[in-house]
Amino acid sequence: MAVVNQPRTEADLAALAERAHRLRRHMVEMAARIGQGYLGQGLGIADILAVLYFHEMRHDPANTAWPERDRFVLSTGHYSIALWAALAEAGVLPVEELATYGADRSRLDMSTLDTTPGVEVIGGSLGQGLGQAVGMALGLRLKGSSARVFCELSDGELQEGSTWEAAMSAPAFKLDGLVAIIDCNGIQADGPIVLDIEPVAAKWTAFGWDTQEIDGNSLPAIVEALAAARTTTGRPKAIIARTRPGHGVPMLERREKAHFIAIAADEWDAVRRELEDARHG
Amino acid sequence: MAETAAPGLTLGMGEVVPVTGRAAVTTPFGMALVAAAQRDSRIVGLSADLAKYTDMLPFRDAFPDRFFNVGMAEQNLVAVAAGLAKVGLLPYATTYAVFASRRAYDFMAIAVAHSGAPVRLFAGLPGLTTGYGGTHQGIDDLALMSAIPGLAVIDPCDATELSQVVEAGLDHDGPIYCRLMRASVPRVLDPDAYRFGMGRARLLRNGSDLGLIATGLMTERALDAAETLGRQGLSVGVLHVPCLKPFDADAVAQFASGVRAVVTAENHMAQGGLGTRVVEALYAAAVQRPLHRVALPDRYIECGSLPYLQDRYGLSSDRLTEAALHFARIHCA
Repeated sequence: MAVVNQPRTEADLAALAERAHRLRRHMVEMAARIGQGYLGQGLGIADILAVLYFHEMRHDPANTAWPERDRFVLSTGHYSIALWAALAEAGVLPVEELATYGADRSRLDMSTLDTTPGVEVIGGSLGQGLGQAVGMALGLRLKGSSARVFCELSDGELQEGSTWEAAMSAPAFKLDGLVAIIDCNGIQADGPIVLDIEPVAAKWTAFGWDTQEIDGNSLPAIVEALAAARTTTGRPKAIIARTRPGHGVPMLERREKAHFIAIAADEWDAVRRELEDARHG
Repeated sequence: MAETAAPGLTLGMGEVVPVTGRAAVTTPFGMALVAAAQRDSRIVGLSADLAKYTDMLPFRDAFPDRFFNVGMAEQNLVAVAAGLAKVGLLPYATTYAVFASRRAYDFMAIAVAHSGAPVRLFAGLPGLTTGYGGTHQGIDDLALMSAIPGLAVIDPCDATELSQVVEAGLDHDGPIYCRLMRASVPRVLDPDAYRFGMGRARLLRNGSDLGLIATGLMTERALDAAETLGRQGLSVGVLHVPCLKPFDADAVAQFASGVRAVVTAENHMAQGGLGTRVVEALYAAAVQRPLHRVALPDRYIECGSLPYLQDRYGLSSDRLTEAALHFARIHCA
């Protein structure tokens, strides 16, 4: 397969909506098989991953080591369910392999390891992604590459001091080619955000980033924000994406905001039905 | 990475590496890095507001576009280095040992070692080489860094070896943590005769009564002690072990089996450093010898002048010689 999403064309929103829906369907099936998983977070960032992998990022699904590829750094390794879905949908991983999510000896772990094709860093030790993305962007620029680096991090990670070390360094290095996407879904391990992190956008602006704040479950808003982030202003770009955990499955979206959603065995059919209804309804 | 040296690289007891008359070399790390970077365009340099105090300035001045100062942020230092490595560059990063090990530990473990990213971290003020007290004295870095899977841990003994570790970083597959001596650094090993080998211990002096096993700056002092004890009729060997990991357990066991008693010497606290590795190696090889560990105590050390502190805590040449002589009199009589 050749490089996809090049040159960047007008976004086909209907096609992206279909991709986002298929990512969600993959995730529901992966979680249903083992009865658990970080499904809420995964469904929440499905729209962002759909736009990145099927519109914005230049990458070659047949060659994940292509030096000129845009990098996607998933700092929150436990969102792996969403990354596996995106990599399978993009053709990097066989779709059938998704059935091994979380199983012993599977490449598709509950948290990402960079030995799996398409994974740029080991996520999961929260607060480690953005600094590595800064290093990648510095290195790519030094090598004369036009490849860009997209780093997903979470609102909870804004409590890690290392995130702000990295956030301070990227503008100092004038890293135009770095886009941080901060997934603000309002939850962390102990429940709803336990230590106030607001105002998020003002913090990134103050640190020297070109900052936009969007509805992270609106495909047109994501497309537009990423397009705006292509400009060369001499500053890195931050996109504050307000997402809803469980988005696309109303019964999960309504559920108490929890880091690890518990879904009873007899509820999965309802989850599948709601996902399809929400798609067509 | 192999835990022990590759077959064929273990010590041949007959070959003794020549030792030079103790000249000093200025800025050996910086000079070696510049020379390596002239040959290899993958090399980039980083520091965390300690470029000046870790001899990084020659590199910064020679390659300003390839040098990045991240400010006082050691976690970001290591994260950025890991990111640079993951796009194909070869990062040499510097800070002090205390910050490299204690503050950036999780980043060295996950972003670097777990990924196998070829980051080379050079750490200044190892052990008791500053009088600035416990905040600056890296007394525990070898133990901490040795606990990280896949990370090579090196304590070079002089300017020759430090320079050669810089070169070895061009080819080594995997990350490296190396202690750094800066400014005017003694030259103990003859650069024409010595070749650093990853995971390889080197015999510097043959002896049959007492065996001194040393790493880092204590190797020079072990040679001093061996010389003094030799004048008193004792046959004292010196084995230099630059790599705590991979550890040359075979050479250590072979060396120890040829002497009657062993003294280890390291610029580090006793637990988790050279002495610990030697005990493990000898026990595993069933080589039983009386053994005394010269190392820093299990406590934080106060501020003071270096000669005073090194003497008080047993690392000076005189104190090491006393300890070795005392032990030899008991066990090698």
